[in-house]
Amino acid sequence: MHEDKPSQPAARRQISLWKRREDFFLGLIAIVLFLLFWETSVAQGWIKPLFVSSPSRIAKALAMMIADGSIWRDLRVSGLEFALGYGLAVIIGIPLGIMMGWYRRINAVLDPFVSALYATPRIALVPLIVIWFGIDLPSKVAIIFLSTVFPILVSTITGVRTIDRDFIKVARSFGANDRQLFLTLALPSSVPMLLTGLRLGLGHALIGIVVGEMLGANAGIGYMMSLAGATFQTDRVMVGLLIIAGSGMLLTQGLRLIERRFEMWRVDNRN
Amino acid sequence: MDQTQTGIAFEHNSAQQPASARSIKMAARNVRLDYYNERIGQLLNVLAGIDLSVHTGELVSIVGPSGCGKSTFLTAVDGLISIDDGEIRVDDQIITKPGPDRAMVFQNDSLFPWRTVLQNVTYGLELQQKMPRAQMLERGRALVELVGLQGFGDHYPHELSGGMRQRVNIARALAPDPQLLLLDEPFAALDAQTREFMQAELLKILERTQKTALFITHQIDEAIFLSSRVAVFSARPARIKEIVSIDLPKQRTLAIKLDPRFRHLQDHIWRLIEEESAQTGMHNHA
Repeated sequence: MHEDKPSQPAARRQISLWKRREDFFLGLIAIVLFLLFWETSVAQGWIKPLFVSSPSRIAKALAMMIADGSIWRDLRVSGLEFALGYGLAVIIGIPLGIMMGWYRRINAVLDPFVSALYATPRIALVPLIVIWFGIDLPSKVAIIFLSTVFPILVSTITGVRTIDRDFIKVARSFGANDRQLFLTLALPSSVPMLLTGLRLGLGHALIGIVVGEMLGANAGIGYMMSLAGATFQTDRVMVGLLIIAGSGMLLTQGLRLIERRFEMWRVDNRN
Repeated sequence: MDQTQTGIAFEHNSAQQPASARSIKMAARNVRLDYYNERIGQLLNVLAGIDLSVHTGELVSIVGPSGCGKSTFLTAVDGLISIDDGEIRVDDQIITKPGPDRAMVFQNDSLFPWRTVLQNVTYGLELQQKMPRAQMLERGRALVELVGLQGFGDHYPHELSGGMRQRVNIARALAPDPQLLLLDEPFAALDAQTREFMQAELLKILERTQKTALFITHQIDEAIFLSSRVAVFSARPARIKEIVSIDLPKQRTLAIKLDPRFRHLQDHIWRLIEEESAQTGMHNHA
């Protein structure tokens, strides 16, 4: 049952802004305090800036990278790798997952390969990928694709498979054929799992970017970070870290919002 | 009892002729069904020769001990499972698979969460692809209204209460205009008050749509209140133990539950079921 409706707007108005968003404000305050402590401890000379940099140094480094335009090039390269790798994983992972979820025989044939590759740490494939694709864009796309396609694939398979038995009975009772069962039940009920797969895939894609670029590249956020690290430019490493963490959070949150919208479709959430 | 809710008295099959003169809508002859239980690796005889007929416009309830095979029988009438012997005919046609002449209302309302109320109601029509979309929607809207949910057509199931969801479930079953409505404990999950209200609503809906219905329930009072006859199933393997004619006035309001005859029927059916339950008890201990 879904009786747990949000409280009425009328009642909500009487509660102060603080009470309503208490968790958010507490988090905000914690971050501000942390940044202050960080800045102070470096400014007071308790810790060397070489180790941890400092908020103001990071901001300065970022401003410089924006001013000389180098950051845009790195962002563009990494963004392109991400878009191609992740996009390819979605384009291949979802249809393949639907096929494997729906057709038992296709699944029986492909499952050993998927299971084996899913269980392999993708980083172990990097040497092979470098041999096959070199160190330019294609190898990054391949790494990101391989990191991302399995979470998407496996979630889609599970999503298509877990159709509520009662739904099937209803559809069959109305005389649904297999094609109709697939279109009206299997597809819509796989949406929540599929979105979860897309969200999990995002995290893996970001790992793929960093790993791929650290192993050999000539541009990109990961490359910039490893270069800065090798030359002890901690501020720039931190900038890269912030960009990766920030974009990861943004993308994940965006998908979470979409997921929440479809939460009601989840099979196990219904009763 | 809340008389305001059910103040409108409605007649039960009033326009129909006496049962004897009416045509037979559904006839089950010597229906036998076995079920292979994989867990214990045994073939179980679930239905051991069911003979039951339902006249056009009639509502017949089936009661019986838990697990006796009532649901299985109803599922077989719907054509979702095949029987091993005997035959089931609806309008003189032997049943082998689900068809638009029958519709099932399941206990679990099983509304599709990705479809609005209206889209749920028109689901069966969409599958059949027999009418243009505009006509389908029009029929859906009329049904939404028939079950008393006007204004809720664009809501999603999770926004509705249990009683409202069961109304949608009934409307969905009615959409393809079935001749025989099969209801498998549709009100079991509802609270007592809502259940009584929905019983009265169901009679109203059946009256208005002139449908024949086979109704499974655990609630003896529900069976008596709704039906012209109540079929009592024996413990598994199920046979018909007795078919009890409900000789109560055809106008059924909730007040009828206080009638001494109602009580008498309730006692009688309760005793029949208890005899059977006691047998299974002994059987299990043996």
